[in-house]
Amino acid sequence: MKLAMWTYEGPPHVGAMRIAASMKDVHLVLHAPQGDTYADLLFTMIARDKARPPVTYTTFQARDLSGSTADIFRQACRDAIDRFRPGLLLVSASCTAELLQDDPGGLASALGGDVPIIPLELPSYQKKEFWGAAETFYRLVRACAGGQQRPEDVPANSCNILGPTALGFRNRDDVTEIAGLLEANGIAVRCVAPLGATPADLAALPQAAFNVVLYPEIAESAARWLQKTFAMPYTTTIPIGAKATHAFLAEVRALAGLPRLEPASLPGAQADRSAWYARSVDSNYLTNKRVFVFGDAAHAIASARVAANEFGFRICGLGGYNREFARELRAAAAEFGVEPLVTDDHLEVEDAITASQPELVLGTQMERHIAKRLRIPCAVISAPAHVQDFPARYSPQMGFEGANVLFDSWVHPLMMGLEEHLLAMFRDDFEFHDNAAASHLAAHSPAPAAPQAAAAGTTTATASAGAWTPDAEKELCKIPFFVRGKARRNTERFAAERGIHPITVDTMYDAKAHFSR
Amino acid sequence: MTVLRPHDCDAGTAQRQRGQREVFCGLTSIIWLHRKVQDAFFLVVGSRTCAHLLQSAAGVMVFSEPRFATAIMEERDLAGMADMNDELDAVVERLVTRRPDIRMLVLVGSCPSEVIKFDLARAAARLDRRLAPDCRVTSYSGSGIETTFTQGEDNFLASLVEQSAGHDGQQPARLVVAGCMADVVEDQFSRLFEQLGIEDFAFLPPRRSNAVPVIGPQTRFILAQPYLGATAAALQARGPRRIDSIFPLGEVGTTAWLSAVADAFGVSRARFEQVVAAPRQRAREAIAHYRPRLEGRRVFLFPDSQLEPSLARFLVTETGARIVEVGSPYLHRELVAGELAILPPGVPVSEVADVERQVDRCRASDPDLIVCGLGLANPFEAEGYATKWSIEFAFAPIHGYEQAGDLAELFARPLIRRAVLDDAPATREALS
Ligand code: SF4
Repeated sequence: MKLAMWTYEGPPHVGAMRIAASMKDVHLVLHAPQGDTYADLLFTMIARDKARPPVTYTTFQARDLSGSTADIFRQACRDAIDRFRPGLLLVSASCTAELLQDDPGGLASALGGDVPIIPLELPSYQKKEFWGAAETFYRLVRACAGGQQRPEDVPANSCNILGPTALGFRNRDDVTEIAGLLEANGIAVRCVAPLGATPADLAALPQAAFNVVLYPEIAESAARWLQKTFAMPYTTTIPIGAKATHAFLAEVRALAGLPRLEPASLPGAQADRSAWYARSVDSNYLTNKRVFVFGDAAHAIASARVAANEFGFRICGLGGYNREFARELRAAAAEFGVEPLVTDDHLEVEDAITASQPELVLGTQMERHIAKRLRIPCAVISAPAHVQDFPARYSPQMGFEGANVLFDSWVHPLMMGLEEHLLAMFRDDFEFHDNAAASHLAAHSPAPAAPQAAAAGTTTATASAGAWTPDAEKELCKIPFFVRGKARRNTERFAAERGIHPITVDTMYDAKAHFSR
Repeated sequence: MTVLRPHDCDAGTAQRQRGQREVFCGLTSIIWLHRKVQDAFFLVVGSRTCAHLLQSAAGVMVFSEPRFATAIMEERDLAGMADMNDELDAVVERLVTRRPDIRMLVLVGSCPSEVIKFDLARAAARLDRRLAPDCRVTSYSGSGIETTFTQGEDNFLASLVEQSAGHDGQQPARLVVAGCMADVVEDQFSRLFEQLGIEDFAFLPPRRSNAVPVIGPQTRFILAQPYLGATAAALQARGPRRIDSIFPLGEVGTTAWLSAVADAFGVSRARFEQVVAAPRQRAREAIAHYRPRLEGRRVFLFPDSQLEPSLARFLVTETGARIVEVGSPYLHRELVAGELAILPPGVPVSEVADVERQVDRCRASDPDLIVCGLGLANPFEAEGYATKWSIEFAFAPIHGYEQAGDLAELFARPLIRRAVLDDAPATREALS
């Protein structure tokens, strides 16, 4: 039994719903109690879908348990087929129905009729949403493409894009961006799946030369099966960030048999502004800013690489919530010399963020709220999806335009370089008193209160306020407020480690010298 | 589906139609219950689905460490590899250590815990002995196989009533008002009761868990919410008689409700009229402001909170709207008989509807406003219908005189918004 105040992932049948809702001509019958229909609102409210997801719930009740819930399930399947006439029916059970052991798969296949039925086994008490989505997609691909023949003359420059899903983080725009880049490089995109695909499209997957896997947590198992069955290679580079997009294009061009090109001359690369912006003098102040990264493993790893290698931040923490990709996450954490954090307990994430004292958090909506409480700037990089993650404007995370979006959305929460410099110069002017945050920060950080003391309290609670001489306290106040908390923490740690008491002006500058090495 | 005319609504023999229902389960009421009882913590014993439902329905509230959580059952619990009771004790231990401010721990049953027949009441009794006197432990069912949406509150209040015995020495309250309402609304009613000369009254649930009203045979009670069948039964089992009334929604409902209380306590007509005159007038004026928007409009209500018959009555009598269909996930026939009797004859009232067929009926009737849940709202908007999310009637303060205008506004807002967007100058020019 596990205590959860909040979870990063829903149950596996929500993953199945996401696949069904992504596709056309597919319907899911879910053996589930009435309350499980809440999941519809994820699609209609969060993603603002204009139609309900293609899901029928059996909505059995307690009084049905003594009779036959199996009959109810059979009836729901018949009704769904009559009403929606799907090309393909998925059937499964939610957590409650799993306990009833009605065997939806067996019941559905005994129905007869000419609609193909795919039963899904989604162990609710072991697995979670991503797993459920990946399993459903894998089963669908197997069922539709299994037994298909791969043509002899598959054009080398043809591919499928696998992984984009309803409720995925910015998937809609990523697909537009990546499909555009592939086309610009002379590679034809045959099919995008599951988003927008029909069962017939899945059956035609083997007609492309290779697969582009954008979201491995959804599509890797299906891509592996396609590789095994049809010898179709698939990509492993996630094109998040300009450098990763260069690498991705190099990978797909090699798979498509196209000549190697220098990064700058890759078709599409001209759209990248992020690399230049990162080099412009204003970005100097980004150097080695401490960044804590958390999200689904694929987005977290890719974002950490962009942060470190493209924007010049320093990674002070890296974690992910989907255990299926723990190995990849550990390897990436080693790259940055930090402890990997693999957990789905947001309280643990909060502790890790507090302990690592980042200057920027890249995370999910949950980390955004944690960062808000700790008064640390934050940008969202990963699902679980929130209504804010479906912006009206074009806002991909992937490809060159995606890199531009990352630069804007990660850097804007921070103090602008020149602005930071001016603030320091004019710190004694009344406009720049402690409680005046930069105007553009209003949207990202709450009004300053007395958080530094609170934050300091978590690390060195004993050596606080009273241990400073009045002169030292005054000197501390001359440091701009947005770095003062850090200066106080460092000085107190320095003093505590050396048994210095009280803290004088000299201690403060000794500590500054010590920590700036 | 039951389609019944108001006059034969006590038939009770109507058939129910199978088919998918689109309603929340009783767990959802935790979202307002935990705000109301400020020292209580609601621990659902359930699955990842239950946890996901709570955070999806509660939205942003979850981020500020809320007083609810889920003890998620896992494979080893079900396989008998771990003793569920020991596991639950460990979870509770972790919880009370983290939240020492909690005075009442409420274990909430879910579909999975009920299907495996996990005895939550016994677990609660055991934990109660362990944690007393710092923290009381109680339990109820919010499962989706037993309850919809507001029935969770009903079961919670019934469990509070059942356990309210054993306060020695305390005098029973003379009037108990049962049903969650916003604090501000309770305060307004408190002032009105006092002006009517009724001094000894209490609200259920209380704001602090140790203030559950004492109930005796002399207590009279009135329901503030129509979905409290189990609570009414639990109260009646302890002796008190129910004061029957329609519910305090709108000026008419509030007046009838207060008047029923006044009658039960022998308040003179003159005094009653004098006390309610001013707020009554204010309520009428506030509603009148929105009446032009709603008058003659045809409204279709999908089942959600069981407030639907009362809302329909309000719309008809106070805003001049017309009702196409009133859906309700359940009808406590005795409790809502008064509401249904006021509806114009011929208004279809449906209980336990198949959502797909109800959607078809709704489209066919082409209403001006659809009151429905979050799952249905945007799809209807995309089809060109104006909708009002019904969940707001459970969350927003809508009871009493001072909120009567707000209630009308909730219905009028989607129509006003459409008018604003459609009649904006740019649109007009483009269309001319
Ligand atoms: S319907 Fe049952 S399983 Fe689903 S969320 Fe509600 S209590 Fe949990």
